[in-house]
Amino acid sequence: MNVNQHTPMASPYGQPQPGYGHPGYAPLDGGYPVPYAPYNGPASAYQPGALPQDYSPFTSFPSKAVAATPVSDLSSPLDLGPARGPPTSGPPPVSVPQPFNQYSPSQGDVQNGPPPMTQAPPRPAASQPYNQGAVNPSGPHSSYPQHYGPPPSMQQVTNQMTGMQINSGPPTAAGPGYVPPHSSQPPISTAYSAAPPPAYSQASPPASSAPPQPPPPSGPATSQQYYGSPQSPSQQPFNSSLPPTSQQQFTSPAPPPPSSQQTFPPSSQQTFPPSSQQTFPPSSQQTFLPPSQQNFPPSSQQTFPQSSFSGPMPPPSQAPAPPGSQPQQSFSPAQPPFSSAPPPVSQPAFISGPPPSAQGSFPPRAPPPSSQSGSFPSAGPPPTSTPSSQYQGPMPPQQQHPPSQPSPYHAGPSPPSVQMPPTSMAQSNHLPPGPQGPPCPPGPMQQPPTQPGMQGGYPPQQNGAFGQVRGPQPGYAGPYPGQPNYGAPAPAPAPAPPAQKRLDPDSIPSPIQVIEDDRAKSTEPFTTGVRGQAPPLVTTNFQVKDQGNASPRFIRCTAYNMPCTADMAKQSQVPLAAVIKPLATLPPDETPPYLVDHGEGGPIRCNRCKAYMCPYMQFIEGGRRFQCGFCSCVTEVPPHYFQHLDHTGKRVDCYDRPELSLGSYEFLATVDYCKNNKLPQPPAFIFLIDVSYNAVKSGMVGIVCQELKSLLDYLPRENPEMDSVVRVGFVTYNKVLHFYNVKSSLAQPQMLVVSDVSDMFVPLLDGFLVNVNESRLVIESLLDQIPEMFADTRETETVFGPVIQAGLEALKAADCAGKLFVFHTSLPIAEAPGKLKNREDKKLIGTDKEKSLFQPQVGFYNTLAKDCVAQGCCVDLFLFPNQYVDVATLSVVPVSTGGSVYKYTYFQAQSDQERFLNDLRRDIQKLVGFDAVMRVRTSTGIRATDFFGSFFMSNTTDVELAGLDCDKAITVEFKHDDKLSEETGALMQCAILYTSCSGHRRLRIHNMAVNCCSQLADLYRNCETDTIINFFSKYAFRGVLNNPTKAVRDTLINQCAQILACYRKNCASPSSAGQLILPECMKLLPVYLNCVLKSDLLLPGADVSLDDRAYLRQLISCMDVSESHVFFYPRLLPLLKLESGSLPVAVRDSEERLSKGGVYLLETGLHLFLWVGASAQQELLLNIFGTTSFSQIDPSMTSLPVLDNPFSQRLREIVDSFRAQRPRYMKLMVVKQEDRAELIFRHFLVEDKCASGGASYVDFLCHMHKEIRQLLS
Amino acid sequence: MATYQEFIQQNEDRDGVRFSWNLWPSSRLEATRLVAPVSCLFTPLKERPDLPPVQYEPVLCSRANCKAVLNPLCQVDFRAKIWACNFCFQRNPFPPSYAGISEVNQPAELMPQFSTIEYIVQRGPPAPLIFLYVVDTCLEEEDLQALKESLQMSLSLLPPNALVGLITFGRMVQVHELSCEGIAKSYVFRGTKDLSAKQIQEMLGLMKPAAAGNQGRPAAPQDAAASSGKFWFLQPVHRVDMNLTDLLGELQRDPWPVPQGKRPLRSTGVALTVAVGLLEGTFPNTGARVMLFIGGPPTQGPGMVVGDELKTPIRSWHDIQKDNARHLKKATKYYEALANRSAVNGHNIDIYACALDQTGLLEMKCLSNLTGGHIVMGDSFNTSLFKQTFQRVFSKDYNGDFRMAFGGVLEVKTSRELKVCGTIGPCVSLNSKGSCVSENEMGIGGTSQWKVCSLTPSTTLGIYFEVVNQHNAPVPQGGRGAVQFVTQYQHSNTQKRIRVTTIARNWADAQSQIQHIESSFDQEAAAVLMARLGVFRAESEEGPDVLRWLDRQLIRLFMFHLRRSPFLQVFNNSPDESSYYRHHFVRQDLTQSLIMIQPILYSYSFHGPPEPVLLDSSSILPDRILLMDTFFQLVIYHGETIAQWRKAGYQEMAEYENFKQLLQAPLDDAQEILQTRFPMPRYIDTEHGGSQARFLLSKVNPSQTHNNLYAWGQETGAPILTDDVSLQVFMDHLKKLAVSSSA
Repeated sequence: MNVNQHTPMASPYGQPQPGYGHPGYAPLDGGYPVPYAPYNGPASAYQPGALPQDYSPFTSFPSKAVAATPVSDLSSPLDLGPARGPPTSGPPPVSVPQPFNQYSPSQGDVQNGPPPMTQAPPRPAASQPYNQGAVNPSGPHSSYPQHYGPPPSMQQVTNQMTGMQINSGPPTAAGPGYVPPHSSQPPISTAYSAAPPPAYSQASPPASSAPPQPPPPSGPATSQQYYGSPQSPSQQPFNSSLPPTSQQQFTSPAPPPPSSQQTFPPSSQQTFPPSSQQTFPPSSQQTFLPPSQQNFPPSSQQTFPQSSFSGPMPPPSQAPAPPGSQPQQSFSPAQPPFSSAPPPVSQPAFISGPPPSAQGSFPPRAPPPSSQSGSFPSAGPPPTSTPSSQYQGPMPPQQQHPPSQPSPYHAGPSPPSVQMPPTSMAQSNHLPPGPQGPPCPPGPMQQPPTQPGMQGGYPPQQNGAFGQVRGPQPGYAGPYPGQPNYGAPAPAPAPAPPAQKRLDPDSIPSPIQVIEDDRAKSTEPFTTGVRGQAPPLVTTNFQVKDQGNASPRFIRCTAYNMPCTADMAKQSQVPLAAVIKPLATLPPDETPPYLVDHGEGGPIRCNRCKAYMCPYMQFIEGGRRFQCGFCSCVTEVPPHYFQHLDHTGKRVDCYDRPELSLGSYEFLATVDYCKNNKLPQPPAFIFLIDVSYNAVKSGMVGIVCQELKSLLDYLPRENPEMDSVVRVGFVTYNKVLHFYNVKSSLAQPQMLVVSDVSDMFVPLLDGFLVNVNESRLVIESLLDQIPEMFADTRETETVFGPVIQAGLEALKAADCAGKLFVFHTSLPIAEAPGKLKNREDKKLIGTDKEKSLFQPQVGFYNTLAKDCVAQGCCVDLFLFPNQYVDVATLSVVPVSTGGSVYKYTYFQAQSDQERFLNDLRRDIQKLVGFDAVMRVRTSTGIRATDFFGSFFMSNTTDVELAGLDCDKAITVEFKHDDKLSEETGALMQCAILYTSCSGHRRLRIHNMAVNCCSQLADLYRNCETDTIINFFSKYAFRGVLNNPTKAVRDTLINQCAQILACYRKNCASPSSAGQLILPECMKLLPVYLNCVLKSDLLLPGADVSLDDRAYLRQLISCMDVSESHVFFYPRLLPLLKLESGSLPVAVRDSEERLSKGGVYLLETGLHLFLWVGASAQQELLLNIFGTTSFSQIDPSMTSLPVLDNPFSQRLREIVDSFRAQRPRYMKLMVVKQEDRAELIFRHFLVEDKCASGGASYVDFLCHMHKEIRQLLS
Repeated sequence: MATYQEFIQQNEDRDGVRFSWNLWPSSRLEATRLVAPVSCLFTPLKERPDLPPVQYEPVLCSRANCKAVLNPLCQVDFRAKIWACNFCFQRNPFPPSYAGISEVNQPAELMPQFSTIEYIVQRGPPAPLIFLYVVDTCLEEEDLQALKESLQMSLSLLPPNALVGLITFGRMVQVHELSCEGIAKSYVFRGTKDLSAKQIQEMLGLMKPAAAGNQGRPAAPQDAAASSGKFWFLQPVHRVDMNLTDLLGELQRDPWPVPQGKRPLRSTGVALTVAVGLLEGTFPNTGARVMLFIGGPPTQGPGMVVGDELKTPIRSWHDIQKDNARHLKKATKYYEALANRSAVNGHNIDIYACALDQTGLLEMKCLSNLTGGHIVMGDSFNTSLFKQTFQRVFSKDYNGDFRMAFGGVLEVKTSRELKVCGTIGPCVSLNSKGSCVSENEMGIGGTSQWKVCSLTPSTTLGIYFEVVNQHNAPVPQGGRGAVQFVTQYQHSNTQKRIRVTTIARNWADAQSQIQHIESSFDQEAAAVLMARLGVFRAESEEGPDVLRWLDRQLIRLFMFHLRRSPFLQVFNNSPDESSYYRHHFVRQDLTQSLIMIQPILYSYSFHGPPEPVLLDSSSILPDRILLMDTFFQLVIYHGETIAQWRKAGYQEMAEYENFKQLLQAPLDDAQEILQTRFPMPRYIDTEHGGSQARFLLSKVNPSQTHNNLYAWGQETGAPILTDDVSLQVFMDHLKKLAVSSSA
């Protein structure tokens, strides 16, 4: 919540949190006493309480949320009001968040509830993120109760929780301050709603993992989650508009009064803290929690210590406040009071509720506690104290708070002892809050129940829970999550130390949620005509209508609202970059770029900057001249191009000419655009096959030769009706090279051996490159004979440099561009140019010298690459290594020439053939351009300064690509060199001059216009995290060449922290420093960034070879956004029910989300896993594998058995569709739970801690928060 | 005693030796005064159908630095079973196997009629014959086709167990692997890069087998070749016959485009390097024949003779004299180095150059000259000249063996009064210093052993001696000097053989027996020997100097023609032609050499039987048919009247049968010459006023020229339009010079 939301000004509302806290506490209290069941009760109870609040909130929210704008206004009124006003219009999310914040501040819960509801509707998107949790809850309104009660949106709740947590995070920071208590409270409210229950429930088991105490906890946990989610659902509506708010509120709650308090308590726990803590310092938190718990049952009290919240705000007040407070909050300001009040309200409600129900529920808590105690104990005790302290600066406050808390809540109970514990308790409390929440909202409880069921089924499945939740709360989930977090955290702690360590992942921003939300809202085709409009996420299927800007399939920007000045850009640290995929394949329902012919004179261009004719050219003087949109230079319109203007100043033929109306189109290039002023020859493909011992033995040679026979009919062509004009040639090699003469007039192919590898040359011209159809018989004869000829080879040494030289020379001799397909197996140690030695040295890893391992071993390949580029010789490398082959060096040429590297380690014909062949097929068939030069022109004011991808640059502006295929993306970074104006925005034109596969010279133009802003908030409102991650990863992966890996990681973290800190400082409404507030558009930045940091390249595990890392490094360099997204955050689909036409909703990449009884499909773009739970349902197994026995599943299978049942069919369809989406074929690996292979699989559960030391999402979020706080302080 | 003429003839028939002097002046001083050195033409493998080889090892003198072979001149003590070396006077016991000898039971080598004897020795396994074709593919389609056919035909002429290999070249050099089925495989080398033998062997994958199979166990190179599978490039004919025939059939012209105004890129130098390197790595010291077929000059890489720009013509003598031939020295040096390597390994290189323009023989001649290979020059591969010449390379002797031998080593041993100065012929020095080696070098000197990588029955070396006996230490009356020629070689049937020729001549005191010495002078031999010296010097020195030197050595009539011959005169000849002529001059036997120096002219007429006539313009008469044999050309010249008759078709009329016969006679004679001559001469049928008549006109003595035409009247002969001096003028001048120089 806090997280996302944010920004919202929630922080201010921290106070509200207190309110929450109250509720939370209350619940907690109740919680203790009441078992889970109680929760329900409480929930209901809460609901009532909540309802009022909700109502109020609603009202407030409604206004905001509901009428999107209005709502926003409303919300804005609160805190953000002002700021948001604008935002609302612009970036709803922002506004929303703000509202949330406001709300939250004022009255976390309440606000959340209401706002979301209302807001949500209006602007689902914006609000959604934030709120999902909170907002939806709007439902909450009603929900509030619901929240707690409705829990349905557990996820949301969680989200909210997360948000909350975040807040809590801040709280911690702020914590020290007063906030803490509040925060804790606030969190509580939200968190509580969600969290509490979990805490308790799970506390024990559920939340955390529900492991130990599956039933109850799970129930609770789930319930909590549910709650969370439910809330979120309810919030959802809000989300859209307000939900965030609600969340924010949560967060805010914390901040406000308590910031310090909150922190304390919070830190301890709470929503924010909890979440935040949990997330961040989960461990600490956990620790805290545990202690608290242990300490208490009191913990519950502690939680309530949040009571501190209550403390902060008199419980009563809180209670009462809630309702009122919410409204107030929404209105805002009365933060302290309100916040206290509001949160209280909700909380109170909760509290009230909770207690009552709470008791019921609490009882559960009690149990949980016990359980918690159990779990907590371990973690709890020690950590608690420390953690809490750690957390805070907040700590101190906590202490303070504790007291307060105790007093308020159970103050009596455990205040003293509690204090520390309380904090921890707080967390637990939070959890409790959750519960409380739940309690309040029977919903949660209810949900829990449902969930419980779920949980029962799938204890781990919080996912499942989420899933459910999501359903309801997709958008809203966000906000709620915060709550969930709370809940979660609590649970975590409750469950066990380990559990404790984790924050409830549900409470932190969920990528899945964001993806689902975006999907949900992207129903209309995306039209590119509106400047500065961010396109749907890459994970969303959408149609694009080109209305003057390039389709996002061609260009994606990190920011669609660029800062006007360099100062702003520098301040925000948001990278300004575009990921350009010039030859991207478009779906069948989108028109490929039109071809424009401007006649003999060539394309019409600006006289000064040479930009090509495009929609940004302004025709003036009746159409006789045009003014360049990039450099403002005025150029005469050539007579043959003249056209009159209509009354609006547009050319009459504007819509008849693609170059005047579309974002992407192609020009026919004239001879002036050709090398040596000569029209190009058709390109050639040369296949260079390693035939050394290893290659033959692995079966590679046979496979390649066999496949080529049929594949040669599918050489790329522009017109499917025509035969491809691409000529082919064949070379085999080991220590020497064998060229083949396959001239059509020969009866048999002739082999020409070139042993002079030190000075490579091409032994023949005529007969080497041939037309497939003419020489078919000879070629087939050759391909039949190659495997035979070398079947008995004993040659193990290979060369590599000369192989590429050979291809290059052949192309030179034929005077054409082309592509080399090199199939290579081993480190080239034979005496020849480019000879390499084995330099893999594990000892260097982690040292300053590590970078040298990524640099090429010898300079030879750089020179060679340059020559290749000059000739238009693109190299695709297929590696089949059995040991170190020095990918770092071998890939220099492919990477510099726009080629690809494929690696099949330990290649075995049987198991890897399919993957290899599919890659090969695709690689050969895909459309490709040659001898390309790309240039990016921009408006005055910015300039393309840096380029990432597979290419070569001989100067600073021209990107030279020997080959460019439809899968290659180039990331371009822009820097200011002057001011931009908001009026004209920033324009960029990417022009690629290339030779098509039919040998025609073309110019492909992509135009892109984005807005410029003078307010940072606008920047943050309109950026795209996936693209930013794409940029960061490329930047970092290139960085390891010259910097120690650790430095690269630190740089990334720093920049990310700065981005978020800047937002927090400049855009978020004031709030306690302890809150973690994330911009809506970037709320996933931490999780994704963590994935980048944990990648094998930046944080290698012991089993990751240097080659693998080098391979990944180059792989990333040309990935587009969608590939990099799934690469860093794999898609994990639960396979329970498969419906045709739609995919199951993915779950988050965490082991916790896996159910023993389920089967999951995980996709990374490179790998495809089918994970089978140890106790997967027999029916499921039967449907998939044709066997009911888990043990009979063959883990070595690479394709699913073809079974005649809808499930199997659909699953295979899904697998196929995944494969079709990715440029590389993914081999299916079946992973059985508890199998050794599961280790590999787990590696891709990126939200978890990884074996190599990578932080879990939660941990990292905490860390990030700490970084941000440091920056802010 | 028979006349010297008979003696000389007998000696030549028996031993293949002709000395310039058949009595040797007994002191250095006297010998020097004789002007013509004591020297001989020696034909090591002169065909001796009557000489059965003996199947045992020769008996050698036991003195380490002598090792002369037991011969009829040795004194033998049959009782003591001891023989005395007639060169070093060492007394040697007979080996145990000779225990049974006695005056009446003498081994062959002691019998006087076996002054030349041939031993078959069993040393190691028989070495295979190796034929490596190196084929230029930058030919016109028609030429290439003809060449391919010739090559395919040649496969049937090879003994089945001979190893063959194929290298083709154009812009690139391809070494074809012959053993693989299905796919034609070849190793390719860039035509512009000089490679060391080691590199080549590495690139061909020959390193290990070469080391193990040949040096370690020279016994079984053939087995190794057959069994190891490593010697893909040289395979027994019987095994790859079909493959190779197909391969040759599929040979394409060099596929690289030749832009207008350019010569095709021809990597002759590298091709040869690869060939030499291949053999060096696989069969060192085994007889092998590299047969190079070229249709143009090397235009790239090492050994380049001319650039590929057609606008730059290939060097002419004019360029060479002006020092304007930029590739000449470099290329020559390159080929010389190559030739030496090849010679060291016992491989010879043939050059078959067929092109209308020069092909760079000037630079490449040493390849053949040093290794004993053939050079054949023609206009096209699609001519009978080439086809028949090539076929004749594989001609067989009375035993059915090829008329070729490999890896010959000629050793000369002399008695003490004589030392050997050197040889002139297709050989290289083995740098074997010994007591019989003179410090005074003539030809290839400084050694008593030479390697002659390829020998034919007609290969003749000129060997020059020096009398070292001091004037004050006269040889006892009746003393005889002896020379022993020991030739070890690999017979074409793969046997190792040693032929030993031992000859002796009497010493004579020049003061007292000058008459005898004079009468023992062999004019023909001396002329050829002197001419060889002249040619040898012409190769290495400036033309005018050689002529001046020659002018000082008076050898009557021959000298006139020699002066005008293409061997010394470069005018009207391209550098390649000069090289070609000289090449053949220094290897042919005496008879052929004489023809080369002074062409033979036969006259056919109704006036009588064919008769030799003076090689003079006065012999060119309207009613004669002339047949001129210059060795390189065979010209049939119809006099003006005859030509008119022939044109009128009289020969077709029954009543002029005699005319028909007259026309036929020279043709038959020419055919006879053509049958035996190697290389095939250029056969020219021309008539008075025909353009080809220039071949005749350029040879005859211009006794009638436009300068003296009117003085001589018009009744006989044909005027030659030349500024050359006639024999008459030459003789006048010579006389004058003789008088003045003696003063």
